[in-house]
Amino acid sequence: MAWTKKVLRVNLTEGSISNEPLNMEWANDYLGQRGLATKYLTEEIDPNCDALGPDNKLIMTTGPLTGTMASTGGRYSVVTKSPLTGILACSNSGGFIGNEMKNAGWDMIIFEGKSPKPVYLYVENEKAELVSADEIWGKSVWEADEILHKKYQDPLLRIAAVGRSAEAGCLYAAIVNDLHRAAGRSGVGTVMASKNLKAVAVRGTKGVGNILDPKAFIKATNAGKKVLAENAVTGEGLPALGTQVLMNVMNEMGAMPTRNMKEVVFEGAGDISGEAMLEPRESDGKPNLTTNAGCFACTIACGRISTIDRNHFTIENKPEYWGNSGGLEYEAAWALGSDCGINDMDALTYANFLCNEDGYDPISFGSTVAAAMELFEAGAITTKETGGVEFKFGSAEALAKAAEWVSTGEGFGKDLGLGSKRLCEKYGHPDLSMTVKGQEFPAYDPRGVQGMGLAYATSNRGACHLRGYTIASEVLGIPVKTDPLETDGKAELVKAFQDATAAVDSAGICVFTTFAWTMEDIAPQIDAACEGDWSVDRCLEVGERIWNLERDFNNAAGMTAADDTLPKRLLKDAANVGPAKGRVNDLSKMLPEYYELRGWTSDGQLTDETRTRFGL
Amino acid sequence: MMLRSLQIEPEKCTGCLQCEMACSYEATGLFNPAKSRIKVFTFHDAGRFVPYTCTQCEEAWCMHACPVEAIVINEATGAKEILDDVCVGCKVCTVACPFGTVNYDTDTKVVAKCDLCGGDPQCASACPTDAITYVDADHTGLERMRAHAAQS
Repeated sequence: MAWTKKVLRVNLTEGSISNEPLNMEWANDYLGQRGLATKYLTEEIDPNCDALGPDNKLIMTTGPLTGTMASTGGRYSVVTKSPLTGILACSNSGGFIGNEMKNAGWDMIIFEGKSPKPVYLYVENEKAELVSADEIWGKSVWEADEILHKKYQDPLLRIAAVGRSAEAGCLYAAIVNDLHRAAGRSGVGTVMASKNLKAVAVRGTKGVGNILDPKAFIKATNAGKKVLAENAVTGEGLPALGTQVLMNVMNEMGAMPTRNMKEVVFEGAGDISGEAMLEPRESDGKPNLTTNAGCFACTIACGRISTIDRNHFTIENKPEYWGNSGGLEYEAAWALGSDCGINDMDALTYANFLCNEDGYDPISFGSTVAAAMELFEAGAITTKETGGVEFKFGSAEALAKAAEWVSTGEGFGKDLGLGSKRLCEKYGHPDLSMTVKGQEFPAYDPRGVQGMGLAYATSNRGACHLRGYTIASEVLGIPVKTDPLETDGKAELVKAFQDATAAVDSAGICVFTTFAWTMEDIAPQIDAACEGDWSVDRCLEVGERIWNLERDFNNAAGMTAADDTLPKRLLKDAANVGPAKGRVNDLSKMLPEYYELRGWTSDGQLTDETRTRFGL
Repeated sequence: MMLRSLQIEPEKCTGCLQCEMACSYEATGLFNPAKSRIKVFTFHDAGRFVPYTCTQCEEAWCMHACPVEAIVINEATGAKEILDDVCVGCKVCTVACPFGTVNYDTDTKVVAKCDLCGGDPQCASACPTDAITYVDADHTGLERMRAHAAQS
């Protein structure tokens, strides 16, 4: 059990709401969250539908461990077809709203159609209603959050919303919950806004139960928590420095993508690192980091709560930004910082605040700004397009302006909201876009970490580090150390990480637990909570089934093996310095083996045998 | 037997709500923060998380205010406990408590407050950062004294 076994279905076109039992046959095959919602979506939409049209659906989904005492058991995902990539979008978020959905009695909320007028969904346990969004449409996420909290006089209401960027059509808009957690990638916020759905506000007081064997569950989750507490990464590194623990590590490895991935080492990395966030400022003696924070049920607590220096040019006359909010994670610090050649931590924190305030993905945003900077320096974009701003690498002023524009979609923000691929095509230099399948890269240069190149090329949602995080093995030695510059064995490694991650996501827990947990730690928690035998092998089989289901949908949506590639820069231009000097990513040495291990044809299609094996 | 008190150190709290789940699970059998007797408050602008619950007052306002003597002292733990079958749900104790830590539950129709779980408070066990501990009631300041002593 552990599922509530109930699905809320919201038809936005009709303005009608119904509920239905969860398909338990599918839950047995796909567990929950990412896997199960993907099964629902792929059964219900045409792979070739317009991502921003009424035929696309958007699913908010929890897992069987969401809302329980399992550490990090607060995750929820948004599954839909992406307007950025044209394939599946599945964006995972922490914070508190996932637990609230579960406490209100829902495993999943499925949105279909398109509302004729802006609305938001209000859920209070069994009660669910669509309400006119007149008072919050056109507002930022933060404003909408405040207005709804005041309106319902309920400080414990949990809210997920889209900002003005999504309303303006930014293709990488996020859905932000609890002010600074986000289903961030692939434009899930853009889809939500396209449906005239501004927010989802949830209050749940029913409690999460249905634990199959409560005694075994408490025992297994306590054992898991002990492992996290005693592990150097989850027990020390992440709470102290957050994911920013990686900034100096990756830079020293020569795998820090810099200035639109032209280089692999950033000279300013130390200035924007996790360690730098702890250094007292000259102006007020306070560090950037106020405290670490946990999402619901998380015993790691990697979250950053930060302030910007009040004297910094970005906010000196804007007291509304003087308080604390979600600070820099590694991905944001990299994309806004090293990829744009900027070492001004306050400017990065400001841009990060704006990404949260108006809901857009800092990875895609930062990478797109980086591409725009390279286009500017190449003369393809001029001050005519940028409204007079010198859009050069290293310019904190340009970054701050870019964030303000994308927040509202004004001026050059419209172009920047297209994402790197469309921006570079528009200005005649498609090769300058550092994307796979239309989605911007995260913070690991695949010339210095070979397996990540394969993970990016084959990720089911475009370039992404969270679909198969081989950094764990190639950099941190988890669960075993592999040579980051070696290609042998990486196909198997990538596949293993991809399958395990699909299962972890689908349980409703955070992938960061896997710095310490193996499936041996995770499966007993699922097994104690859920009916049926959830052994390690079954969890991994479910993970592999999910991966194949996602791939099959993407193929049907028009993706081909030719899309399983990397930008020329990473395949042809060797790293200029550092441990990976002279290396490109040798994708072609890994990809055929990967297809074979997957049970796919040489052009990346599922074989009949694979299809049969997983019941697809 | 030595009496113990819950000690809360907000600067250690990360806001994860494991305490709220543990409390509600002990009290109701469900993971339900809405029914937790301990609450964690987030002060977003200040970047602070503060757990708060009953301090088990010696001269307990709630107990004195109760017209039906439904609040009694557990001599072993010092906790002021609600007798659910005696409580008539008049809510006078919720008004009397200066700290707001006694609250009415519309599902059970009686009030609920921290009872120290009979001497094994689950919030303290569940807290991953020791922001909530269960310590010698006569020396709740001991660790702070130790920290200052170390600096002197």
